[in-house]
Order: sequence, then C-alpha cells, then structure tokens
Amino acid sequence: MSNPPGDTQPPLLEVRGLQMYFPVTEGLIARRQIGEVKAVDGIDLTIRRGETLGLVGESGCGKTTTGRCILRLETPTAGEIRYNGVDIAKLGRRELVALRRRIQVIFQDPYSSLNPRMKVGSIIAEPMRVHGVEPDATKRLARVRELLSLCGLNPNFADRYPHEMSGGQRQRVGIARALALDPEFIVCDEAVSALDVSIQAQIINLLEDLRERFSLTYLFIAHDLSVVRHLCQRVAVMYLGRVVELAACDELFDNPLHPYTRALLAAVPVPDPTVEAERSFQPLTGEVPSPINPPPGCVFHPRCPLTVAACKEARPELRELRPGHWVACGQVH
Amino acid sequence: MPPLLEVKNLETEFRTGAGIVHAVDGISYAVDPGETVAIVGESGSGKSVGALSILRLIPDPPGQIIGGEVWFAGRNLLQLSEEEMREVRGSEIGMVFQEPMTSLNPVLTIGRQITETIEQHRGADPETAHKRAVELLGLVGISDAERRLRQYPHQLSGGMRQRIMIAIALACDPKLIIADEPTTALDVTIQAQILELMQQLTRRLGVALIIITHNLGVVARYAHRVNVMYAGRIVESGSAAAVYHTPHHPYTMALLNSVPRLDRPRQARLDPIEGAPPDLTRLGRGCSFQPRCRFAVAACLEARPPLEPVGAPGQLAACFRSKELAAASGRAA
Repeated sequence: MSNPPGDTQPPLLEVRGLQMYFPVTEGLIARRQIGEVKAVDGIDLTIRRGETLGLVGESGCGKTTTGRCILRLETPTAGEIRYNGVDIAKLGRRELVALRRRIQVIFQDPYSSLNPRMKVGSIIAEPMRVHGVEPDATKRLARVRELLSLCGLNPNFADRYPHEMSGGQRQRVGIARALALDPEFIVCDEAVSALDVSIQAQIINLLEDLRERFSLTYLFIAHDLSVVRHLCQRVAVMYLGRVVELAACDELFDNPLHPYTRALLAAVPVPDPTVEAERSFQPLTGEVPSPINPPPGCVFHPRCPLTVAACKEARPELRELRPGHWVACGQVH
Repeated sequence: MPPLLEVKNLETEFRTGAGIVHAVDGISYAVDPGETVAIVGESGSGKSVGALSILRLIPDPPGQIIGGEVWFAGRNLLQLSEEEMREVRGSEIGMVFQEPMTSLNPVLTIGRQITETIEQHRGADPETAHKRAVELLGLVGISDAERRLRQYPHQLSGGMRQRIMIAIALACDPKLIIADEPTTALDVTIQAQILELMQQLTRRLGVALIIITHNLGVVARYAHRVNVMYAGRIVESGSAAAVYHTPHHPYTMALLNSVPRLDRPRQARLDPIEGAPPDLTRLGRGCSFQPRCRFAVAACLEARPPLEPVGAPGQLAACFRSKELAAASGRAA
C-alpha cells in the first residue's frame, strides 16, 4: 500500500503477505496432521509512526493472531513483518529480546494477565529486571511509582496485590507495565473490552493521553466498533483471516463499501432510540465458516447479499477504490 | 389492564466474609403484558440479582431475599412453596441466560432438554413432546430439526445454542421471559440475529420480555421501557425515548455521555464518570452515586433521594436535583 503523497517517512510497521496456519491433529499416540486452521491467510498492513490503526472483526477472524505475530509470540508461516525497515518475522530468540523493548502489549483481561502472587510493584518492575534496565533497586522503585501515577493510580498501590484492585485499576497496572520499557509501539488487544462503560471511558482517555505524551503508535485490536471509531485514525476490517476493507476512520464508518463491513456496522445498535427507530436493517444470515475449510473464492460469499458466480471462483484482492480506501470485493466500485 | 408482573420493594442481600452486601436494595417496577423492559446497569449494580430474585434463584446461603413482593398473575411469588415455584419457572416464566454452554446440560441431547421441559410441565407423552420440539426449532430458525435434536450442545455454535435456549424458554407458552445478558457472549452479527429473533417472537406470541443488559445500544433498539440501576437501586425509569432524550438522573446523563458513538465522527475526548462504583457492604445513608456526582450538594449526603415522577409521563428519577438539572441540560441543548 502506498503512503499518501508527501509522506516520505517510512512506515513504522509493514506487514506483507502474512500467513499463520496452525496444524489440526488427530490421534492420541500416532498424531497425524489432518488439516490446518488458516487463522491469518495473507494480509498486508501498514502502520505509520504515531497513528492508531484499528483492527476489527468477529471472533476467529484472525485479528488477535495477527497481533501475536507482530509481537512475535508466534512465528508466522509465511510473509514479512518489517519493523523500522527490518524483517522481524524470522528473528530468533536472542534477536527478539531487543525488539521486545520497543514493542509491548496490553491484554484484554486484567484478571488473568497479572500474576496474582506478585505485588503490583514487582509486576511493573519485572520488564525492567528482565531487560536489565534500571538495575538499581531504589531507582527502579521510583520509576514504578512514576509509572503508577502516570496511569492515574496512587503510587502506594505498588505494595498491593492485584486481587485488591478493581478491573479498571488492574487494567491501569497492565498499561503501566507496558510502558515500563519506554516502548514506541503497543499492541492493544481488546484492551478496554472487559471493562464497564464508565470505566472504559477512563481507560480510553488514558490511552489517548499516553499516545500524545510519549508519541506512541498503537495497533488497536477490538470488536467494539464504536470504541474504534473514537480512538483510531485508520481501520482494517478482517473476516476469516483476511483484510476485506481498509480506510481512514471516518471514511470507513461513513462510506463502508464491502458488504461485510456494511452488515457489521448495521448490526451495532446505537444508543439513541430515535436513530434506532429510523434505521432499518436486515441481520446477516448464517455464521462464520470454519477457517479449517474456508469457502473457495471470496470467503464471505456464502453470507453475502451481492454474491455472483465469479465470487465463488477467485479470491478478490484489495483494490484502492478511493484514495486510501481499499476494498477486497469484485462487486463494489 | 393490570400489569403482568409487579415487583414491590424487593430486597436481596448476600452475607459474605466482608460483610452484608445489599445487592438489591428496594426496587419496584412493573411489566405489562407483551412489553419489553430493559434493565441496564454496570457490573454489581444488582441487575442480574434483581431478576434472579423474581424467580427465587438466589443461592441461599449466602444470598437471601429479605423483603418485598413479586406479584405475577395474581400471586405473590415470594409466598409460594418451592413445589409451586418450580411450576412457575420454565413454564409461566421462561429464562434465557448469558452463557448457553453452561446453562445447557452437556451430556443430554438438545432434543431431550427440550422435551424434558414439555413433559415435566405439560405432562405430555414423549411423542407429543417431540413434535412440539420440532415445531419450536422451526420457530427459532433452526433448519434440519430432526438432526439437530439428536445433537449435543458442544456440536453447536454459540448462536445456535442461544437459539436452543430461546426454544426451551418458549416451550410451555410462557407469558414472560427473563433474558439475562442473552447476547453478551456472542459476536455482533450473531447478537443482531438473536435479538431480532427475540423481538419478532415476543411480538408475535405476545410474550413480555425483561432483558438485562449493559449495552445502551441494545436498550435503544429493542426496549419499550428501561430501568437504570446503580448500586442496587433503580435510579431512573421510564420509556426508552424519554430516558435517552431527557435523562433526569446524573448517572444516566453521565452514562450516555461516556459511550463513544458509532454513528458520529469523533468530537472530543470522552467524558468519563470518575471514580468507581461504591462498596455495597458500606453504603452510607446518602445517595450512593453522590461520591461520583458532579452535581452533588450537602443534602445528597444526608438522605437517599426517593424515586419520584419527573419529565415525561411515567418517567421517574431518584435525585434531589433532577428537575433543575434536566431544565439546565435542556437549555444547553
């Protein structure tokens, strides 16, 4: 994907033809592979420095696996992940250590992503210990307290255990831990999904403040489209392991072109009874097919209202239908 | 016409190691025949406990319904014997829970779980019950009923399992269905399918529906009336249109302001509700929202504001300053 004219800065992250297949095995003693789950099946993404790219889709569409590949928690089956111009897709364990100081992650569930036996202070200090940053214990503690207050928590929380905190407070601890190594890029995997509405807004604002203050770049993986519209500059929509549409945020939400994106947006109810009374919508029929045996051609064709014979034959590639607006559908123009 | 269900001053508490939790602290509302009433609130607001108390499904110990009346079809459900109550549950009042995987029995076929309900409550013979089960699957949009009835819950998708739950809830022609977060575990396109199905069926069969949700959009799209709960009490109640357009309680106003909107471009930072919900074991004598309320005055610390008529006909709010605030926000808008 080309950068907009005048943008000479190379992108922070470039993903090309990323594939991640997981083997499906059968048999207890003699295990044999009977197929593979095509979790991510050839996607291209570009993330510019300082922007927030939203990655949306339903369960099983491959958005989390994409994030895990970029974090190199998985080794992709094929494809390139260029970070600052260097392909990190095939780096070994040692080379990854340096990378992990710059790329961090915030997970969805603040209950299971914090070790219940560690105090909050040790949880936040752990990345610094592992990477040998701030070897002096006093300085490290000072840094922990600074990170806590940066994330809107009382610095004395360093002595607490995660179970003594609410969900929103734990998520703040998860964010403080991600910031401990001064990263430039953070993968937020459903970072606000488990939180109650009133707490969710607090965390969204915190993520925005931190992005500005530390010039962070986010990959924001989420299924809540309203949150994505609020937080992201560009959005990629995934369906069954593929990116089906990618555009600037308002363009995508105001002029969705792919039939799947349209159905997805229509399915989300808006908190306004007057707007809802005027919206007519036809829910998408059927369910997402199995990624072990995806349909031929366009993966969306069994549920698509626009399907013609050609959709069953060839897989549509992403085409730039309007400036910066990419769509993988042969039936829209 | 008398209401189908009338809840009066219902109070439920849980005795825990940390003290007595006043999960439901005196709630009153009514549901008319065929009406859809939404109960909205955040985690711990008492919305689920309030609904489970209607069916007397509170585990005792630690929970106990300590006061109030629940009038349904001329009887106070809280006075019935356990035997009589079992006849009401699943027959006159159907239930749909959040997690269909845990509310279906994993070792019984789908068919058996539906026919069991019919045989139990209707005394039907197996053949009649089977016929009714086939009919019910058709009603909830599951094709190939004979094959599905022989399957087990794990062989079905989440959306399909929730359809089965709805079929079971409808099996004995109930007058009321209580649905506790029926679509929270489902993806957005499947959520839309299930909610549309519930709306169609309740309309067609004239069944009343109490839907418990934290999703303000779902309320706006599907509910006639809404009760907003906070810390075990109803703080605002009324028609969905009135409550969304002219909210009279600061919590409702703040809640509506703190959610990002899918249908509007990003305007500014979100306006979150600061702080966290109160500890239900240590509620003061004042308004429980007072510590987070930006409009609180001295009187709010002294006594709990009663739920009083405000604004539109049938609208109620529990705030000393509701009229003044609604007038001010009306002028601003």
